[in-house]
Amino acid sequence: MADIPYKDKGSLLNPLKALQFFARPPVTEPLEPRPASANYRGFHLNDWEKCIGCGTCQKVCDNAAITMVRIPGLPADPAQGIRDQRPAIDYGRCCWCGLCVDICPTASLALSREYVHTCTDAELDSYFVLPDPNGMHGRYYGHGWSKSADSDLVDLQRQAMGELEPSARGDNFREIVAGYDDQQALLEASRCVQCGMCFDACPTHMHAPEYIRAIWEGRVEDAVRWIYRTNPFAHVCGRVCTHRCEEACSLGHRGEPIAIRWLKRYAMDALPPERVKAIAAEGRVATPSGRRVAIVGSGPAGLTAAFDLAKRGHAVTVFEGLPEPGGMPRYGIPEYRLPYARLDQDIDVIRSVGVDIRCSTWVGTDITLEELRRDFDAVVLALGLQFGRSTRIPNSDHPQVRKAVTLLRQATAGEAFGTPRSAVVIGGGNVAMDIARTLARLQRREYGAARVTVTALEARSHFLADAIEVLEAAEEEIEILDARGPRECVVDGAGNLVGLRSWRVKSIFDAQGRFAPVYDESDERLHEAEMVVEAIGQVADTALLGEALTERLEWRRGRLRVDADGRTSEPWLWAAGDMVNGPDVVHAVADGHRVAAGIHAWLEQRESVQ
Amino acid sequence: MRPENYEAVNHPPSNEFELFFGPNHPGIEGNYALKVKLNGDQVVSARADGGYLHRGFEKLMEGRLWIQNIALVPRICVPDPVPMEVCYSLAVEELGGITVPERAQWIRVLQLELSRIAAHLFTFGGHAATTGMYSNMYWGVADRDQILDLFEELSGGRVYHIYNIPGGVRRDIPTGYLERVTRTLDYIESRLPDYDNLFFTNQVFVQRARGIGAMSQEQALEWGVTGPNLRATGLAFDVRRDDPYLVYDQLEFDIPIEQAGDAWARTLVRRQELVQSIRIVRQVVERLPHVGGPIRALIPNPLAWNLPAGEVYTRVESSKGELAYYVVSTGGDKPYRVHVRGPSAMHAVQVLENLTAHARLEDIAQIMFSLDACPPEVDR
Repeated sequence: MADIPYKDKGSLLNPLKALQFFARPPVTEPLEPRPASANYRGFHLNDWEKCIGCGTCQKVCDNAAITMVRIPGLPADPAQGIRDQRPAIDYGRCCWCGLCVDICPTASLALSREYVHTCTDAELDSYFVLPDPNGMHGRYYGHGWSKSADSDLVDLQRQAMGELEPSARGDNFREIVAGYDDQQALLEASRCVQCGMCFDACPTHMHAPEYIRAIWEGRVEDAVRWIYRTNPFAHVCGRVCTHRCEEACSLGHRGEPIAIRWLKRYAMDALPPERVKAIAAEGRVATPSGRRVAIVGSGPAGLTAAFDLAKRGHAVTVFEGLPEPGGMPRYGIPEYRLPYARLDQDIDVIRSVGVDIRCSTWVGTDITLEELRRDFDAVVLALGLQFGRSTRIPNSDHPQVRKAVTLLRQATAGEAFGTPRSAVVIGGGNVAMDIARTLARLQRREYGAARVTVTALEARSHFLADAIEVLEAAEEEIEILDARGPRECVVDGAGNLVGLRSWRVKSIFDAQGRFAPVYDESDERLHEAEMVVEAIGQVADTALLGEALTERLEWRRGRLRVDADGRTSEPWLWAAGDMVNGPDVVHAVADGHRVAAGIHAWLEQRESVQ
Repeated sequence: MRPENYEAVNHPPSNEFELFFGPNHPGIEGNYALKVKLNGDQVVSARADGGYLHRGFEKLMEGRLWIQNIALVPRICVPDPVPMEVCYSLAVEELGGITVPERAQWIRVLQLELSRIAAHLFTFGGHAATTGMYSNMYWGVADRDQILDLFEELSGGRVYHIYNIPGGVRRDIPTGYLERVTRTLDYIESRLPDYDNLFFTNQVFVQRARGIGAMSQEQALEWGVTGPNLRATGLAFDVRRDDPYLVYDQLEFDIPIEQAGDAWARTLVRRQELVQSIRIVRQVVERLPHVGGPIRALIPNPLAWNLPAGEVYTRVESSKGELAYYVVSTGGDKPYRVHVRGPSAMHAVQVLENLTAHARLEDIAQIMFSLDACPPEVDR
């Protein structure tokens, strides 16, 4: 090492060379305030507009320096995944590592370039700070360590789902979505930050964070256990749920939300049916209560209520008019979205806890409501919405003008209804897409080619149908026309249907927000078709109630009124599901739980009074 | 050995007396105590107690997620934090089967060597102060600050960079950063003659350090000595060369050694390492612009990251010696056990006790500082 001019004994003169520093500026830097570097990790900034109060920063904080504080008055909406809480930082604990910034799902948090704070003893609380966009002292010093792809700890991309190609699905009812394999499910589950926004948003409050974590840790049985705590329609909801959870997912603000629905489906598919049955039966009361409950309708609401009540030891009988149980999931949802075998698995599980389902038994004709009242302690109406609404445009009473729900029911039952070579569907919701895609499949199967047009009132950006439904329908070469209002069904001189005449929609709602479509009558089109299908909504068929009972019950806008427990104004009669809440499978499940809890509490109470 | 347990000394009929040396002593960075038995100004024996800076790092790590520990580890050795971050990250990466992108490896070497330069400058300053050369101390601290400026720009933190995470590093280098690195290196290089004149070849220092606290190579090996302290006994062992990690096998550097094994030799080894570190950083500055690609391998969501069960032992060459992490995972989201092999643990306990025995009281500080031990690293 020749680069050091040292001598063994050292030098007495060398140190004197430092005397030159009397004429040189000092090496030490003057103590002047200077701005911190561009990436500086100083006091926090939080954009309250972007922050959703998910609390993920709190979870990753290695010093437990972050507390989520409720701020009354802030917007809070479980459906959108927004909570009225914001992170507060205890600077007595914070170490400015910036992990909170790196994991923040919405990128609302950042560290600033501000780094000076002192206070007197009396102001010690000033170390506990609710960061805002201006920083510690209200004087914005600029962003320091901010969200960057370099260190983002959130995985914004969803695992791609395998699907049947449009060409492979056009003429059959095979399930389109392939489902995740083990590896995909694991990776998808690993993205979850466990904020619980999904739990808040779900009508039946499914424990999605718990079952996602269980899937990630390879505990599929536990995942199914968590699922069955709140939802016996697990296969159904794993496939066709309206997934409000995903709308609320905190990862959805900057990226793709967790595929919560597909993860549920994965867990359900991964476990053999016998194991599912064993898990579903856990906690079942073995001693019969001696109480009997009749449920009219075997859809999600009715069977969920049946499942809960049977598990609590009550004898439950479900009456179903149609030949197979399941309600709308069977007779409304096409098989390419929900294979009947999967629905059957859910129903098998429900039956296995002791629910007696009697099909092809119409209440009102085969057995009267009065008989049910006599033979059972409580009766639940879970009729659903079986009748299609009519547009009531001219000639809508023509035999070739059909209702979507009726056609879907016939398609499921395998009844021939005369598949038209061409069809026009009125409506822009999921039912419209279901019938359009079903008809197209039948047409290809029978005639080799499909000709279906969907005319929706709404503009494409405001369709009521799920975006994926519209996209897939378009892929299947269904013509989708937006902003078209039905004017009349055209019938020729021989009484044959020619098609639908439509106008362009200028606006749908008036200034008060009421439904009052305005049409541009100059833009008129004729859509030629052998069949016109109305898919503009459904109503309940309540004929079985009879006139006297209908008169006694309370109604609101055509829907039966019930109290918080799901009970009607008649003490023995309860109601749940679509007929109370409007159409949605997971709402129906939630409602089934509610009515079951109400009935159970009432039966218990009655028991203790007697 | 703590004050509350301190038993009243039953004075033997001799000239010996006990002196509590520390826990706040400028002879070492941080709180550290040495209980010295003296006969006149001659040390009869010494007992080290590093417990004054015990912060329970290893135990704390068991309760924190894999990624959360990156904010904790740099605190184990404040003057030289980067090896802590890198070594811990290497352990987690090995457990998780993560390959660090090449660019991140180069950036890590850049930091490791900058950190070594900063740590050595700091040590020189402190060491000079033990012989009363306070100008040198101010220089050491001020020049180290130039490196801290570079770290601030790179990582957002001056001392606790928290910049290396399992998978790579948290930011790419800023625009123009390498030029500023070069400028700082030029400056530090230009300062070396000043240090040589005022400190390294200063007869006051040489006379105070030569022959003080000497150990033989055999003793060094027996006591677990590593790093500059070992190389000062004539053994050219350096983890960077003998068990290369990151991209050290692609870099050219010498391993300075000295033969005397005393305080003076140890200091001279560090002085020469400064030159070698500057040499390495210059190579990185030249190479880094040509190494593209990402700066980190993506890790799973850290809140749900379960590492496979297993145990790993990773080691790096820190400015103090061989630093290693022994990490055990039982398949959970937190370490089951982390053990830090801090080089200072050997240097500040058995080595210090042995070298101070029979030394003179005024040399204790000289011996302590020439061993360059970092107290929080001793008792984790």
